[in-house]
Amino acid sequence: MTEEIIIAGFGGQGVLSMGKILAYSGIMQDQEVSWMPSYGPEMRGGTANVTVILSDERISSPILTEFDTAIILNQQSMDKFEKGVKKGGLLLYDPNGIIHHPTRTDIDIYTINGAELAAEMGNPKIFNMIVLGAFLKIKPIVKLDNVIKGLKKSLPERYHNLIPLNQSAIEKGMQMVKAK
Amino acid sequence: MGELKLMKGNEAVAEAMIREGVDGYFGYPITPQSEVIEYLTTEEPHKRTGMVVLQAESELAAINMLYGAAGTGKKVATSSSSPGISLKQEGISYIAGSELPCVIINVVRGGPGLGTIQPSQADYFQATKGGGHGDYHLYVLAPSSVQEMADFVEDAFEMAFKYRTPVMILSDGVIGQMMEKVELKPQKKRLTDAEVIKKYGSWATVGRVGGRERNIITSLDLDSHKMEAHNIHLQSKYEQMKKEDVRYEELQTEDAEYIIVAYGSSARISQKVIQLARKDGIKLGVLRPITLFPFPEKPIQELAKRVKGFLAVEMSAGQMVEDVKLAVNGKVKVEHYGRNGGIVPTPGEVYEALKQKIIGG
Amino acid sequence: MEIKDIIKPENLVYQKTKMMTDNTLSYCPGCGHGTTHRLVMEVVEELGIVEDTIGIAPVGCSVLAYEFMNVDMTQAAHGRAPAVATGIIRTWPDKIVFTYQGDGDLAAIGTSETIHACNRGENIVIIFVNNGIYGMTGGQMAPTTLPGMKSSTTPYGRDVALMGNPLKITELVAQLPGTYFVTRHAVHSPAHVRKTKKAIKKAFQNVIDKKGTQFIEVVSNCNSGWKMTPVKSNEWMVENMFPFYPLGDMKVDGKIVKDLH
Repeated sequence: MTEEIIIAGFGGQGVLSMGKILAYSGIMQDQEVSWMPSYGPEMRGGTANVTVILSDERISSPILTEFDTAIILNQQSMDKFEKGVKKGGLLLYDPNGIIHHPTRTDIDIYTINGAELAAEMGNPKIFNMIVLGAFLKIKPIVKLDNVIKGLKKSLPERYHNLIPLNQSAIEKGMQMVKAK
Repeated sequence: MGELKLMKGNEAVAEAMIREGVDGYFGYPITPQSEVIEYLTTEEPHKRTGMVVLQAESELAAINMLYGAAGTGKKVATSSSSPGISLKQEGISYIAGSELPCVIINVVRGGPGLGTIQPSQADYFQATKGGGHGDYHLYVLAPSSVQEMADFVEDAFEMAFKYRTPVMILSDGVIGQMMEKVELKPQKKRLTDAEVIKKYGSWATVGRVGGRERNIITSLDLDSHKMEAHNIHLQSKYEQMKKEDVRYEELQTEDAEYIIVAYGSSARISQKVIQLARKDGIKLGVLRPITLFPFPEKPIQELAKRVKGFLAVEMSAGQMVEDVKLAVNGKVKVEHYGRNGGIVPTPGEVYEALKQKIIGG
Repeated sequence: MEIKDIIKPENLVYQKTKMMTDNTLSYCPGCGHGTTHRLVMEVVEELGIVEDTIGIAPVGCSVLAYEFMNVDMTQAAHGRAPAVATGIIRTWPDKIVFTYQGDGDLAAIGTSETIHACNRGENIVIIFVNNGIYGMTGGQMAPTTLPGMKSSTTPYGRDVALMGNPLKITELVAQLPGTYFVTRHAVHSPAHVRKTKKAIKKAFQNVIDKKGTQFIEVVSNCNSGWKMTPVKSNEWMVENMFPFYPLGDMKVDGKIVKDLH
């Protein structure tokens, strides 16, 4: 199994940390992983994206132009990455702030109202975990308990009390994801 | 199995330095490698192992701090990215001339000048052909994964002390910024001062311990005959490296008709090209130089006897390709494909270049 | 009485320190470097620190200082001696590290390393020999060349409108929190030599006591570069250099003791 994923949105949406948790979850189930961010001044409040690859084999290129999954969290990223989804692949996006919705018909398209749900749950910071939950519902490439183990590894110990909140955000995302 | 972590290449090389028992790191921030010094100052290795970490006032100061400490037999390292490495070249030339062991990490970005902060491999000439003034080489290791960023720290110091020579870990923005699974080695003990004196006291400037004759660290000799002899001695070390310490990896070359030669992140991209090509029935293999100096000439010569052509893939306008051509020596076709200025080539475009320049051409 | 009757141990009045090698000094006759070398080495011998002392030689006339000073030495790139010293003292905090630098090395190309090492308070001794000229390369303008002073690159005298002002770097480093002892001396007369040696000894003792950066300027002559006889150059130094670079302590025990403006 190899899953090649791009996660793209604004800096501050937790794009990079979502990728990191996903990568850590892969390690927890003995997979090879890579996490390659865009970096530099563009990250400061601008767009941020990260390519995450989970595989049972040695990973070749960490930088890709075609993806099995694109998780899109703003319009600029939609414009940039919709075309990069492989035929038959998955595009998951948060419609909040999206004006030009995806138009491709040869891929699976799902939505998750992550920003709205995070606000309802009273903590905008769990936005990315809601989106991660939505993704894992559609493609359960890592088990939930491995995600929790991954969270424990990637969060400093002083934040471990937030793990139950993160878990309920993931579960919320799993419930609320919709096919478009 | 050692401890498994998800780390950036820059973090992995920093943690590996601590675990290697490095005595000192002297650096100056520059993108895309600032995580090295940030990781070290956050980890506070002076509490873990006694390792010294100092942010210098400039790259010039950092490399000369390294020179001073390396001259005392301590295990020391610095890191930077391309423009900073250019600033360090004078010091590196002194270190090579004075025959001091140390490790220099270059997380390459695009140039020339201030260039870009995005990944590049355009410092190949600078790294492998000398870099500063005078006739010298560095021993150059090119990691192509986060695991190798960590592992090559130990290998680099082994070579640095074997040859009493500066060793460069030539990485790039992709390997530095990327996170991968990395297995960390257990902590090594730092040498005590007494152990350093015992091991390296015959040449290191640690004070005239026991009233011995004075030691001098210098690259200067105004007597040209002595200076020529010194140069011949340096060259003999480089010849020994070529005989004993060339490293490379061959991927699916057994039945290959075509070979991509690529190092670092370009080698990773080229691995993907093998998959694309073999799907179309094209027998492609990759030769990945792990040491860029000494360059793996012999395995390329061997392959040249039985393959139809070579494509050198590098994020530069064509630097390593010259060494590939020297090794192939006109036997078969050698072409270059690369992107510049911080653009990372995609597997698809490399495959197209292979078809156009080598297979079809 | 013949000469062999005089050369006897009981008649010994002065002996060269064993901390100086027997190599012939490469300095011009009359130059202050030789005396300054000797003073530093006498201090190393008297303090009994040869097994712990590491010196840094600069680029300039004293590039070959390691040929004459009988201690472990590292030759630094032009201006980088304080950085080289930093690398050593940080990894060997109990060693005694000194740099020996000229004005071009310390106050032109190496200004940044000088100021930052002093500002960090690296526990080292910096010996700064200021003769107002680049001696080694043939008498070009130095950062400390006086206004109106002739050199091979200011053949009509230093025009400050064109070439800028001389840099009083010692006054500058005295104001940095990392320096502990900052002083200016000369070696043109026996009385001055004695004073200079006292200062050097104090500086090394301060480093043994881990007090931070010790900065000793020695205003010196360059009879070759100045194109004067040794005697004339010393007179010229007293008349012209000392008014601009007045001798004396600027900072003692971490306290500024002189108006530096």
